[in-house]
Amino acid sequence: MNHKPSQDGFFDDPNVVRWILRIFYGICVLLVVADFIVHRHIYTELERIPAFYALYGFIACVLLVFAAKALRTLLMRNEDYYEAPLDKEDIGQEKK
Amino acid sequence: MWTASLPPFVVFFIFAALAPLLKGKLKILLLLAPLWGGLNLYLTQGQAGGTTWQIGAMVLELYHVDRLSLLFGYLFHIAALIALIYSLHVKDTTQQVCGLLYAGSAVGAVFAGDLLTVFMFWELLAITSAFLIWARRTPEAIRAANRYVIVQVLSGVLLLSGTIMLYQQTGSLKLEYVGLQGAASWLLFIALGIKCGFPFLHTWLTDAYPLATPTGTLYLSAFTTKVAIYLLARMFPGEPILIYIGAAMTCFPIFYAVIENDLRKVLAYSLINQLGFMVCGIGVGTALALNGAVAHAFNDVIFKGLLFMTMGAVLTRVGHVNGSDLGGLYKTMPRTTVFCLVGAASISAFPLFSGFVSKSMVMAALLEQEQTIVWLMLLFASAGVFHHAGIKIPFFAFFAHDSGLRPKEAPLNMQLAMGLAAVLCIAIGVNPQWLYQMLPWEHEYSPYDLTHTLTQIQLLFFSALAFVWLNKQGLYPPELRSVNLDAEWLYRRLLPRTGGWVLTMVTGLRDQFVQVGQAVTEQFERRQTPTPTGTVTILTRRMAWVFIALMLLILASLTL
Repeated sequence: MNHKPSQDGFFDDPNVVRWILRIFYGICVLLVVADFIVHRHIYTELERIPAFYALYGFIACVLLVFAAKALRTLLMRNEDYYEAPLDKEDIGQEKK
Repeated sequence: MWTASLPPFVVFFIFAALAPLLKGKLKILLLLAPLWGGLNLYLTQGQAGGTTWQIGAMVLELYHVDRLSLLFGYLFHIAALIALIYSLHVKDTTQQVCGLLYAGSAVGAVFAGDLLTVFMFWELLAITSAFLIWARRTPEAIRAANRYVIVQVLSGVLLLSGTIMLYQQTGSLKLEYVGLQGAASWLLFIALGIKCGFPFLHTWLTDAYPLATPTGTLYLSAFTTKVAIYLLARMFPGEPILIYIGAAMTCFPIFYAVIENDLRKVLAYSLINQLGFMVCGIGVGTALALNGAVAHAFNDVIFKGLLFMTMGAVLTRVGHVNGSDLGGLYKTMPRTTVFCLVGAASISAFPLFSGFVSKSMVMAALLEQEQTIVWLMLLFASAGVFHHAGIKIPFFAFFAHDSGLRPKEAPLNMQLAMGLAAVLCIAIGVNPQWLYQMLPWEHEYSPYDLTHTLTQIQLLFFSALAFVWLNKQGLYPPELRSVNLDAEWLYRRLLPRTGGWVLTMVTGLRDQFVQVGQAVTEQFERRQTPTPTGTVTILTRRMAWVFIALMLLILASLTL
C-alpha cells in the first residue's frame, strides 16, 4: 500500500473537474428552463411556484447543512465520551 | 424435489447445522439454502402453507402464506443469497451459521400465522443477530452487542406481554389486523416500534450496526427492521399516528448523517430515514400507500444492502470507514466505486433506479390524502437523503481529496454480491412492473410520467448543486472524528451516572447505619461487661443525669 498522495487519477486533473461541473451547471439550467416549457401536473398549490422542486431541493439542503453544523456545537463530543477505548488486553483482564 | 408443506425457515436451519462441516470451497454449497428454498417457494406458492405445530391444546401456525408474506419471503431469500455470496470468503464459521439462522428466523417470522410463532422467531432474530456483532470481537463491538441484546429482548418481552393480554381478551392468537386500542395493542405497537427504529427507540440500530463485521452489517440491515415493517403493515395499517412517526423518522436522522464521520453509521441513520418512508406509507393505509411501503422495503433491502456492502468492502481492505481518513479510493477500487454509485442513485430515488419506483408511490399517496405538510417533510428528507447517502458516502470514500490509501479491489465474491445487488437495483428501476405485479394490494400505478420524472430530477440536481456550492464556499462541515449525542445518551450516560449517584448515596446511608449500629452494640457490650477500673461510662453518666432530673421533677411535684 502506497501512502504517498499522487496525482495519477482521472479526477485529479482540474480540467476534468471543471468540465464535469460545467456540464452539471448546464443541466441545472436546462432543468429550470424545462420547468417553464413542460406542463406539470399540479397536485398542491405550492407546486404552482415556478421551479418549485429545484428551489425546494436547493434551500432544503443548504438549511440542512447549516442546521447540522449548528447541531454540532450542541451534540458533538470527544470520541471516547461514553467509554475510554479499550485494548484487547483489558478485555482479557476483565475475563479474569 | 418440491414440497409445499415444508416451512421455508427449516431449509435455512438445516443448512446452518451443516455449515460447520463445510470447509474451504465446499462452503459454496451454502448458497443452496436460499436458492433451493426460494425456488421451492416459487414453484409451490399456490398450495403452500398450512403446516401447524401442536403443543398441548395450542395449535401454532408455522407456515401461513398470502401475498404479503410471500413478497417478504422472496425478498429475504434474495437478501440471504446476496449476503451468503458476500460472506463466502469469511473463514469465521460463526458468522455463516448465525447468518443462516438469522435469515431463517426472518423467513420464519414472515410466514408465521399466529403471534406466538412470531414471538419465537422475534427472539431468535434478536439472539442470532447479536452474534454477528459479537463476531467482530473488538471491545467496542462486544459492548455494543451487549446493549443491542438488552434492547432486542426488551422488545420481545413487550411483544409477549401484548400477545398474552390480547389472547386473554380475544381468545385468539391469530396474526391479523389489531389497530391501536387498549393496552395490549400498545404493547405490541411499542415492541414493533423498537425494532422499527421509532424516534428515541432507534439508538440500538445506530449503536450496533456500524460495529458489526462487514458481512454482519449486511445481514443486520436486511432482516430485523423489515420484519418489523411487515408486522406493522399487517397489524397496524392506516393508523394515523404512524404518518407522523414516519415523517419524524425521515427527517431527524439526516441531520445526524450530515455530521457523522463513520460512514457505516451514516448508512445506519439513512436506514432509519428509509424506514420512515415505509412507516409513513403504512400510516396512510390506502392500497397505493401500503403497496409503496412494502415495495420500498423490498428495494431498500437491496440498495441499502449494496451500500453497506461497498462500505464493508472498504472496511475489509482499509480497516476503517472514517470519512475523515478516506478518499481517492476510486483509483484502486473502481468496481466497488461503480457499485456504490448505483446504490447511491437507487437510495436517492433517481429515475431508472429502484428507489424511485417505490418512494414515489408513498409520496403520491400522501398527496392523494392531502397531507401537504407531511409531504413537504418527506420531500425535504428525499433531498436530504440524496445529500448524505447519495453524495456524501461515495464522495468522501472514493473521491474527495486523495488520502494516499491504495487498497486492493474487493474480493471476487464480494464483487459478485455487489454486482448482483446493483443489477437488481437497475432492473427494478427500469422495469418496475416486475415488482408491482408481486405487490399485495390491487392498485394500478405507473411511476414514469413526465411530471414525476422531471420534478424528481430537479429536486436531486439542485440538492447536488447545494452540495457543490457549499463545498466550493468551504461551508460544508468537515468530517471530524467525534461522537454525536443521541437518545442513547439517556442509557449510556444519564442512567449509569444517576445509577452511580444513587449507589453512592445508598452505600453512604448503609455505612452510616452500620456505624450507628456498631456504636449501639458497643455501648451494650460495655454495659454487659463493666470495665473493672470502675470508671463511669458515658451511658451510665447520662443515665445518672436522667435520674437526677427525674428525682428533681418528683421533688418539685411533691413540694408544689
